[in-house]
Amino acid sequence: MKKSQEEQLEIQDIEIRLLVQAIYEKYGYDFRNYSQAHIKRRIVNRFHLSGMSSISQMIHESLVNHKFVDQLLMDLSINVTEMFRDPSFYKAIRVHVIPLLKTYPFIKIWHAGCSSGEEVYSMAILLKEEGLYSRTQIYATDFNPVIIKQAKDGIYPISRMKEFTLNYQRAGGKASFSDYYTANYESAKLLDSFKKNIVFATHNLVTDSVFAEVHMVVCRNVLIYFDRKLQDKVIGLFADSLAGGGVLCLGSKENLQFSGYYNNFDGLVTGERIYIKHYQE
Amino acid sequence: MTPAKKYKVIVIGSSAGGLNALKTLLRNLDKGFRIPVIIVQHISPDSENYLIHILNDLNRLKVKEADEKEHLQPGYAYVAPPNYHLLIEPDQTFTLTIDERVNYARPSIDVLFETAAEVFREHLIGIILTGANNDGSHGLKRIKELGGMAIVQDPETAEVDSMPKAAVAACAVDHVLSLEEISAFLNKL
Repeated sequence: MKKSQEEQLEIQDIEIRLLVQAIYEKYGYDFRNYSQAHIKRRIVNRFHLSGMSSISQMIHESLVNHKFVDQLLMDLSINVTEMFRDPSFYKAIRVHVIPLLKTYPFIKIWHAGCSSGEEVYSMAILLKEEGLYSRTQIYATDFNPVIIKQAKDGIYPISRMKEFTLNYQRAGGKASFSDYYTANYESAKLLDSFKKNIVFATHNLVTDSVFAEVHMVVCRNVLIYFDRKLQDKVIGLFADSLAGGGVLCLGSKENLQFSGYYNNFDGLVTGERIYIKHYQE
Repeated sequence: MTPAKKYKVIVIGSSAGGLNALKTLLRNLDKGFRIPVIIVQHISPDSENYLIHILNDLNRLKVKEADEKEHLQPGYAYVAPPNYHLLIEPDQTFTLTIDERVNYARPSIDVLFETAAEVFREHLIGIILTGANNDGSHGLKRIKELGGMAIVQDPETAEVDSMPKAAVAACAVDHVLSLEEISAFLNKL
């Protein structure tokens, strides 16, 4: 590789580090312990789209231009999700977790990093079908206020309903999925009855702390974006938030094996990354 | 520096027809082949990763699904899991993401190749095999830009020739070879 290219790569890495630092110092959003390869891809993509002359210019722009920083926050958010994503996971919830939840008079669930809400509504539908929704409180959180607003609205492109319906059926859904939303020309809106027991709020897993004791934490495909140190910190948050016997649900490629909190949990459905927190000794 | 020491990692991208191509390529590697191989094969999002079982039976490199944060090791071939992008971190570990599809694909070959190129630079070999789209072309170009080697399956010998053709058009590739020739070439490294 040519010397000049090597230097270019080195400079770019420094600029990216400084941009991440600037966003943290000015706005409090902390991406310093995210996957470096991921952050770099997202920032370089934005750089190419922005027409700016360098990533250093992006640093200045993000400090003075709130619109630009909002755009960057969207770039750095994980906003790919779907209803009943990984149907086998929801099937496992129905079979293995619902019987546990049924033993509680009142159920609290924290869905962390919920993005635009598709998986929150999936869980709400499942709980309703199992007769538990009326005694459940769901806290659905994400760090990005724009995305939380979308989640609250619960409006999704009609074009996605076919895929969601198929997922729902694969997840063991027996009803007609179209009964759960009202369709427009372009969009489908989840029924308001599913929103009744959900509180949507901003919460930053990196910088905020525990806010409630809950019986179940759902946080899927968020930890994969964090480095080991941050993963462990966030799993610690979940462990602190869960009551003894509470259920922790992670994404299908995430596991507790390397976490310092590994010994605080037992596998319930290990293949689906569903764990149970020990009761205190 | 001898060539044997130069190349430390191989990345392979394949799509339609890829399973057979990968079988041929891996089967013809020498028993003692040690350079780690990282594979993105386009695969249906909800499939079990059957690829791993099939390729493991070839009795050469140990084939496994790439786990998040896993460290690359000699003697292994890693396959990207269905429905996740596979990225290489500066510390030579894997990151998996659920980001948007790239070139209609997740995992995408470009995502693996581009991130691997930045980490391994002149120590990387990128190989594009059979496929029906143009995923991997950008990534292969990036590998070349950063001093790595680009190999493309001879479109004449590919089950589907669009992907190798697109790769050849995208950059000055070093070698255009049949599958057997690719294995023979790698064995001599």
